[in-house]
Amino acid sequence: MKKLLLLSALAFGLGAASAHAEITVKIGDLSDMSSLYADVSGPDGISAVKLAVEDFDPAKNGMKVEIVSADHQNKPDVGAGIARQWYDVDHVDAIVDVPNSGVALAVSQVTQEKNKVFLISGAASSDLTGSKCTPNNVHWTYDTWALAHGTGGAIVANGGKTWFFLTSDYAFGHALEHDTAAVVEAAGGKVLGQVLHPLNTSDFSSFLLQAQASKAQVIGLANAGGDTINSIKQAAEFGIVKGGQKLAGLLVFLSDVHALGLQTAQGLTITTAYYWDLNDKTRKFAERMAAMNHGKYPTMIMAGIYSETLHYLEAVKRVGSAADGRKVVDSMKSVTYEDPLFGPTVLRVDGTAEHAMYLVEVKKPSESKGPYDLFKVVAKIPPDKAFRPLADEKGMCPLVK
Amino acid sequence: MVQIFGIPSAALFGQLLIGLINGSFYALLSLGLAVIFGLLNIINFAHGALYMVGAFLAWMLLAYFGVSYWWALLIAPLVVALIGVALERCFLRWIYKLDHLYGLLLTFGLALVIQGLFQNEYGSAGQPYVIPDGLQGGYALGFMYLPVYRAWVVAASVVVCFATWLVIERTKLGAYLRAATENPALVQAFGINVPRMITLTYAFGVALAALGGVMAAPIYQVSPLMGSDLIIVVFAVVVIGGMGSIMGSILTGFGLGVMEGLTKVFYPEASSTVIFVIMAIVLLIKPAGLFGRRG
Repeated sequence: MKKLLLLSALAFGLGAASAHAEITVKIGDLSDMSSLYADVSGPDGISAVKLAVEDFDPAKNGMKVEIVSADHQNKPDVGAGIARQWYDVDHVDAIVDVPNSGVALAVSQVTQEKNKVFLISGAASSDLTGSKCTPNNVHWTYDTWALAHGTGGAIVANGGKTWFFLTSDYAFGHALEHDTAAVVEAAGGKVLGQVLHPLNTSDFSSFLLQAQASKAQVIGLANAGGDTINSIKQAAEFGIVKGGQKLAGLLVFLSDVHALGLQTAQGLTITTAYYWDLNDKTRKFAERMAAMNHGKYPTMIMAGIYSETLHYLEAVKRVGSAADGRKVVDSMKSVTYEDPLFGPTVLRVDGTAEHAMYLVEVKKPSESKGPYDLFKVVAKIPPDKAFRPLADEKGMCPLVK
Repeated sequence: MVQIFGIPSAALFGQLLIGLINGSFYALLSLGLAVIFGLLNIINFAHGALYMVGAFLAWMLLAYFGVSYWWALLIAPLVVALIGVALERCFLRWIYKLDHLYGLLLTFGLALVIQGLFQNEYGSAGQPYVIPDGLQGGYALGFMYLPVYRAWVVAASVVVCFATWLVIERTKLGAYLRAATENPALVQAFGINVPRMITLTYAFGVALAALGGVMAAPIYQVSPLMGSDLIIVVFAVVVIGGMGSIMGSILTGFGLGVMEGLTKVFYPEASSTVIFVIMAIVLLIKPAGLFGRRG
């Protein structure tokens, strides 16, 4: 009996020792799971996290990774509440995605307070790495500065000098309008006016009427998701493009174009960080995602979720633990990446991931050979020109010395 | 150019016209809701979901069967009416004698289930649906560009609303319906099949919602979320107009569309809340609603 007790105590002791050597990581996917941004990231984004974990192979690296998810419903207080509970009670180490810049700004504050990691992919506001930057933020996929200079810059160069903005009345819309207006004015153009609309509006007829009356050459849509889809659809109805004005979709995703149909969306100029048909690696990722998501192809947000989750897990392995968020993010910033989906990427000191962006145009219906064959690449913006120069952030972000 | 409150008059009239067009959607939907509440005493929260089903049916008919918009205007409401008959037979008939709250909860639950099923299958970005050929283009009116399709929506809504009001208030069938809600036992004693009339009334009410959905498909994105966005506003319209009054909901629908249009000109940020502000004011001053008859 005593021998049995001794042996079992030894066995437990050995077992406990090996358990201590394993690093546990818990990742929370916080997104809009049910409303206007649900198709650009939402539930399909969780598949991207799963693929990243699978490709990282935790067992081989002596780690155990758990994934949880929640719906922030586009409400900053709900998002912040979930973040707090995850960090305090559920031992989540990193939150990933979070479309809706208002929610992202709230979660970013909580993440800094708790010293965890915020892997941003969905949110756009350049403030997340500018005036509101934190050492715990990783802003991977895109931001309003990149969109403004990509799409805005291209349209202004093509002769669109006078602009009127249709702006979503919250943090993201204001940031996008602000950044794009700066591009327009720097190129010698003029902003003739703006109209603010509530988030998740279904009828834009009144706002489009005001935009038409302004006689601006370009109508800038500083909104996203379902709002952009409705704006573009109704602009076609009101003969805005036929009347000679151009529509600038400042943030348009693959899923939006798919929902609009090429008939309505053809000719739109879009800035994107990822498109499935760029090379073999991007195509392979898209096929794997489509297999998990009823044939839906991934947007750039989902590609960003995959990449930053993968690199986060690699950094946790290097550091040895996920507990100190700042340390893990610093480790992520110390490596240059040859990312499978984004190409050569550097994570800068302010948290922005610098990689190439692509200017694409929506194909005509006759040019498309498949349900997701929607874009053609017009230009590639090199990494050093795609994002706000660090020098410009000296007064804004305390991390930039 | 003449300026009214700092806005050019041309722009103002354009916005008023847009407001009228939006109001016609509100009127069409709130009519169905008012009919169901006025005659059945059920607060039908599933109205928005069935509006969405109507729009989706129009899209499915076009995408899978190549059936045009004009046929969809007929077929979609009929299909939804059948769904309405099923819902009424299976769920609603058990709760007529209970408090209004049960009807609200039951139909709210049904709405969530229907929306959830569609969202599970189709996501939330929506499906493309183009304006039918005969209704494309628009009229350059000088002070604004009026799309032909929107003009059609106003015209069709006015006709449908007026026809419904006429049937209910001025025909024998309508008289039976109104009598049946006041005193079902007595009406049944006269040999009129009251339960069947009630089922058909519910079916008609939701068919109106589906008609609204088909008309909305070309201009709003056909998405599972379209019903939930609209139903709250429609409820406010019905409450302001008076829960039992048919004419009240029609007039209030158009009126509130215009009020919302004006708000979008002068203070667009408040455009999603102005209707509720008006509802709060009306409820404080006249709780039965502007045209309401019930206490």
